Amino acid sequence: MASVFGVLFDGLAYGMLLFLLSVGLSVTLGMMNFVNLAHCSFAMLGGYVAVALTSAFGWPFLATLAPAFLAAAILSVVLERLLYRRLYRASELDQCLLTIGIVFVSVAAAAYFFGTMQQSVVLPSYLRGSVSVMNQSFGMYRLFLIIMSLLVTIVLVIALEYTRFGAQVRAAVDNQRMARGLGIDVDRVFAVTFALGSGLAGLGGALAVEIVGLDHAFAFSFLVYVLIVVAVGGLGSIAGSFAAATVLGISDMAGKYYLPEFGAFLIYLVMLVLLMWRPSGLFGKR
Amino acid sequence: MMSVSASEPQRYLRAQIRWQPVEALFWVATLLPFVVTPSYLVLASQIAITGLFALSLDLIVGYAGLVSLGHAAYFGFGSYTAGLISKWGWGEPLTGLFIAAAAAGVLGYITSVVIARFRHLALIMITLGFGVLLAEAANSASWLTGGADGLQGMRMWKLLGMFEFDLYGYAGFSYALAVLFLAFLLARRLINSPFGLALRGIRENAVRMPAIGADNPAHIRKIYTIAAVMAGTAGALLAQTTETVSLETLSFQRSADVLVVLILGGAGRLYGGLVGAIVYMVARDQASGVNPQYWYFWIGILLIAVVTFLPNGILGGLARLMPAAGRRA
Amino acid sequence: MSTLALATRGLDKSFGSLAVATNVTLELPRGERYALIGPNGAGKTTLINLITGMLKPDRGQILLDSQDITPLKPAERVRRGLVRTFQINTLFPDLNALEAVALAVCERERCSGRWWRTLPSYGAAFEEAHTILVSLELAASCFRPTRELAYGQQRLLEIALALAAKPAVLLLDEPAAGVPQAESAELFSVIANLSQDMTVLFIEHDMNVVFRFAKRIIVMVGGRILVEGTPQEIASDPRVREVYLGRGARHA
Repeated sequence: MASVFGVLFDGLAYGMLLFLLSVGLSVTLGMMNFVNLAHCSFAMLGGYVAVALTSAFGWPFLATLAPAFLAAAILSVVLERLLYRRLYRASELDQCLLTIGIVFVSVAAAAYFFGTMQQSVVLPSYLRGSVSVMNQSFGMYRLFLIIMSLLVTIVLVIALEYTRFGAQVRAAVDNQRMARGLGIDVDRVFAVTFALGSGLAGLGGALAVEIVGLDHAFAFSFLVYVLIVVAVGGLGSIAGSFAAATVLGISDMAGKYYLPEFGAFLIYLVMLVLLMWRPSGLFGKR
Repeated sequence: MMSVSASEPQRYLRAQIRWQPVEALFWVATLLPFVVTPSYLVLASQIAITGLFALSLDLIVGYAGLVSLGHAAYFGFGSYTAGLISKWGWGEPLTGLFIAAAAAGVLGYITSVVIARFRHLALIMITLGFGVLLAEAANSASWLTGGADGLQGMRMWKLLGMFEFDLYGYAGFSYALAVLFLAFLLARRLINSPFGLALRGIRENAVRMPAIGADNPAHIRKIYTIAAVMAGTAGALLAQTTETVSLETLSFQRSADVLVVLILGGAGRLYGGLVGAIVYMVARDQASGVNPQYWYFWIGILLIAVVTFLPNGILGGLARLMPAAGRRA
Repeated sequence: MSTLALATRGLDKSFGSLAVATNVTLELPRGERYALIGPNGAGKTTLINLITGMLKPDRGQILLDSQDITPLKPAERVRRGLVRTFQINTLFPDLNALEAVALAVCERERCSGRWWRTLPSYGAAFEEAHTILVSLELAASCFRPTRELAYGQQRLLEIALALAAKPAVLLLDEPAAGVPQAESAELFSVIANLSQDMTVLFIEHDMNVVFRFAKRIIVMVGGRILVEGTPQEIASDPRVREVYLGRGARHA
């Protein structure tokens, strides 16, 4: 029924979503080497904010995106102050355990406040339905998602390449010790980047509800995909996350469509092969 | 003078591997459930199985210092193998156990060939990925595994031809405890061997090891295989004593749980997994009336608290209070 | 056995546009003590990393006892007798000195993979480790975890680990780094007592050590070898003086 273009389009949309959800983690991991497995908890928060605002308060969907971003960013600042910064020099295992603990708590909290049912957002009419180009039908929401993600990417790239803060981020990712030596307040740069990355995850979470759904276990279930994108793309690289997310998003869609028996695996196999070819990711450091 | 100090290393080594009285006490105490709480023998079995599983993870996490987020893969693989052997007509427990453990070992070896090449985030990813991959595979292959309904049709024969696995749990607990003890003896030997020393070397400084001529990947492959055999044994025990296997045995939940158990007890202290299993399972049993969501809420809080305040687990905390309790081996 | 214990031919290594080693060719005759000196950033530790295999060269060869070891992994080179120490202590914090050195002995003897028999059965390895520690005056604290040892003792343990591997060629990366004058006597006596069969190359900034122990000195600047010669030749070489201008090389 759907053509190659259709699958590519859907895959691209999914990939863009993966990108939004992963880019924050990639950059913060590359900068501080802090393994934050709770990254998708922030995404989940964004999703629930969007759901709550549209269903309980009747807000238009687009208006919920900023609050989703902000809620996630604020929560990340709080957690960073209270918990994360104690463990910057701790072992990877300890970081994993702390953040898994946070995931557990967030999943339980989500179940407590929202129950375990699938959630959904109410989309405005202009985002529903599809548009027809050259006999192909493209979903409006997916189109919106792609455009939104590309905009965010452009903003990120401009910020990174042309602003002073962006230069500091790049320096800190490249060589933390050196950056400190140059007088860059790496801890502050990290805190801001972490907030931004988590905020983006929140935004991604809000946007994801329509595509992949949302339930209390989202923080767990999506974690694997995000980690795959980060590992394959290479730590600290926006370009890497973009490339990896696109490749993985399209392969996953294609796999599920053309090989439904094995569709779920393809993404893991692709990951394994790519990681074995390039252990530090496609665009990783060194 | 020279000959006295020359035997110092020997005396030190013998002291290190000697059985402490408290260890003997511990193992005698494991027989208590038969006498004191005979109605809880099924739970006691579960504790023994979880303890064995945690012990196998300790070899990798506590001794070799590697992070593994997918250890349930070997547990579940052993579980399903034992389950399928029984379902297909061969219900003899000991041989089934042996075969399942060997199969898990093969899986362990195959995955270790890939795993041994990675460190840091890539390692975390690969272990997580393998675990999820296997869980997805089991879910898809429902013609083999029974999918979400679990494996049906297992019938176990009598243990040693004499003891039936029943709801009272005598045979089950005896079986699980005996296997745990044997595996423990093996682990204890391994820890106190040159290989155990090499593992600790990898944990303490993986960079220094090749500089003294060590082949890290070979060591890692070996311990992964052994740990997989042990985890698979635990999984097989679960399958055989409960006569059922579910997808949960392969889940990330299970991998995370066993990590919690190990950290709770204290990694790298041989008994950490066992102590953690006892505390965790008993607590969970007590809280079993409560909504499972709340359980995970408190486990999350516990993890955060342990990592922040008690990084070496219960045994680590005890060791600080009683230096004579021995340093981490 | 050839007369050249270690040789490199035309080693090149760059990271992007940064050339850290350019056409490095050197020869170490058996049993000699050579010093490698040069300003910070000259590429001395990089050269050690290239020789030991921790870094892969872009071009060039490394020959150990006239055998080309360039394709070999680091652990394999150690087994053939090419051993190094680290400038920054790279030890096993939780192991005690005896265990650490015994581990090195076990790796050398290829029994580190044995898991069936317990350590007391490997008494010989531990006795050997103990002997090495005695010769380095570390025996008294050999049961304490490495992290509890004084810095100077840790530097000695670095060397002990290397010696346990029975090196034919020993590369010492700033053995005296950070060791105060008061504690360095022990270190010097250890270096002086190294077996005459062993070939030693050491990186040092401390000119006391260099002039006392080195038969020949190699000077490296900016990834290249500037000059090589006897201590007297190097001390009076105007190019070397220029490189060290303002740094004030310390003389005894």
